[in-house]
Amino acid sequence: MFDIDLWREIFQSINKNRTRSLLSGFTVTFAILLFTILFGLANGLNNTFAEAFVDDAANAMFIRSGTTTKAYKGMQAGRRIQFKNEDYQYIKTDFDDNVEFITSRIYKNVAASFRNEKNNYSLRAVHPDHQYLEKTKVYQGRYINQRDMEMKTKVIVIGKLVKEDLFLKVDPLGKYVNLSGIPYKVVGVFADDGGDDEERLLYMPLSTAQQVYGNNDYVDQINITYKPELDFNQAIDFGLDLEKKLKERFLVATNDQRAVRIFNMAMQNKGINQMTSVLGILILIIGMGTLIAGIVGISNIMIFIVKERSKEIGIRKALGASPKSIVSIILVESIFITTIAGYFGLLLGVGILEWVGPSLKTYFITNPSVSTSLVVSATLTLIGAGTLAGYLPAKKASKIKPIVALRDD
Amino acid sequence: MLEIKQLHKSYAIGDSSLHVLKGIDLSVAQGEMVAIMGSSGSGKSTLLNIIGMLDEADGGDYILDQVPIKNLTEKKAAIYRNKFLGFIFQSFNLINYKNALENVALPLYYQGLKRKERQEKARFHLEKVGLLDWETHLPSELSGGQKQRVAIARALASDPKLILADEPTGALDTTTSYDIMAFLQQLNDEGKTILIVTHEEDIAAMCKRIVRLRDGVIMEDKKVTQVRAESHV
Repeated sequence: MFDIDLWREIFQSINKNRTRSLLSGFTVTFAILLFTILFGLANGLNNTFAEAFVDDAANAMFIRSGTTTKAYKGMQAGRRIQFKNEDYQYIKTDFDDNVEFITSRIYKNVAASFRNEKNNYSLRAVHPDHQYLEKTKVYQGRYINQRDMEMKTKVIVIGKLVKEDLFLKVDPLGKYVNLSGIPYKVVGVFADDGGDDEERLLYMPLSTAQQVYGNNDYVDQINITYKPELDFNQAIDFGLDLEKKLKERFLVATNDQRAVRIFNMAMQNKGINQMTSVLGILILIIGMGTLIAGIVGISNIMIFIVKERSKEIGIRKALGASPKSIVSIILVESIFITTIAGYFGLLLGVGILEWVGPSLKTYFITNPSVSTSLVVSATLTLIGAGTLAGYLPAKKASKIKPIVALRDD
Repeated sequence: MLEIKQLHKSYAIGDSSLHVLKGIDLSVAQGEMVAIMGSSGSGKSTLLNIIGMLDEADGGDYILDQVPIKNLTEKKAAIYRNKFLGFIFQSFNLINYKNALENVALPLYYQGLKRKERQEKARFHLEKVGLLDWETHLPSELSGGQKQRVAIARALASDPKLILADEPTGALDTTTSYDIMAFLQQLNDEGKTILIVTHEEDIAAMCKRIVRLRDGVIMEDKKVTQVRAESHV
């Protein structure tokens, strides 16, 4: 099917009419350049959103307590709400249908030392489920388990940076870290995508902390994840229902914003999801628009070219060119210019994204790039676009009557 | 060779129509050299276009080399033009971005010949018109007479049965005109059938037969004693 003579004709025509070919190619290059950059930036924006939430499970809810701001059912405002183990049990059993993982949390600040190394760290006393909620990656040893909870063992799991601070090159597993005078055995080391702060942490069994610090059953916060099969709206409803039930449980006015607060990722995610899909549609519309403008541009130029070449086409026809050969000359030239120019635009766009990408981090654009599949489909689109752009002019060219084209004027 | 009977052609101009050819009868034998004369509007160009299959008649018969030319599809017309006819135009109509050799080789491309064969044949014909040394030159680098000779080489390239020349000397000075005519006469001597449309008496006199058209009919059709162009040079 490869017709070397046809290509020779086309290269000659392109080569002999460089300005014209460059001009028509430029439109497409520019359109694809814009398209690529827009697409890359949109991707970068999406990446930023995705990255912002890798720290925690996407389906998490954080339940916190505070002081009441409104008097309700005979209770005065300013009362402090304190979660306890029974509240954890209540949520775990009563909302079993919707809860995937659940953990309580107690926050403490501790001074830790190992041999000569000392430092202050945040401590989180948690249930074993916490690992899944926080997406903690234990890469050495183990996490806190149910047995630790029951036995109230004095064990801790330390963050990667804690290990680097305190242990230097010593293997921390099985070693004892001194926390304010009490030795705790290190059973695991973890990493976390949430960044340095999340890796400069200590985890301890909740029950141990409750016994050591105050000997009570208080918890500071309860975190849960809702079952992943819930969609955003169901999850939001679940969150609202939970909030209402908890407010009833603590005799808090339903419109009290401070006493019981639930931060529901579903709400956040729903908003982001909507925003990114709207953004995606917008980009698609703009991109398609630019592409169509490019196609119209090249089609316009091809029509002009056909008009300019009508005499030549007349001569060719008089010499025995079939309508088909005229169509293929114009069409293949159009496809060729579109594809090459478009591909050039694509490369240019990708290059620019690579080049400026790293400096865009401050503008909430992370790793702006286009995927291989996009490149492939863009190339196919370009060939389609070239065909589309060239078809009408080519058809027009094939209808040129040599007698009209050759008339001397 | 060429047989035309009761050929009619009208053009629509607004609501009315202009009857350009009003029943032309013409027959040309192999090896003839015919001048078709007439003032502008006489229908001579229309007749040539119909003979050249660039235009179609409204009525009448046209038989070329025993092949009836009627209701041709564009594709068929293209094939016939390529096979039967060689065109020479007043304004040469060379393709300006192709060099002399490529211009001559173009009809061979449409015949589907291989590149090597095309170039070989094209060189042969360029040599015939004495322009082999100019094969790589673009039309813009050639004089009018040279351009017309390239055009003649191109017309000859596909070895056509009939050469159609539309005012071949119209854009040339007298000396160059006679030069071209001398060449056409030589071709005719070699057996090519040539049809020349012209309004110049001296050019017509260099043919073997003169057909005069006026208002779409043949006024006169006579054989003449050929004036050899060389005698003028």
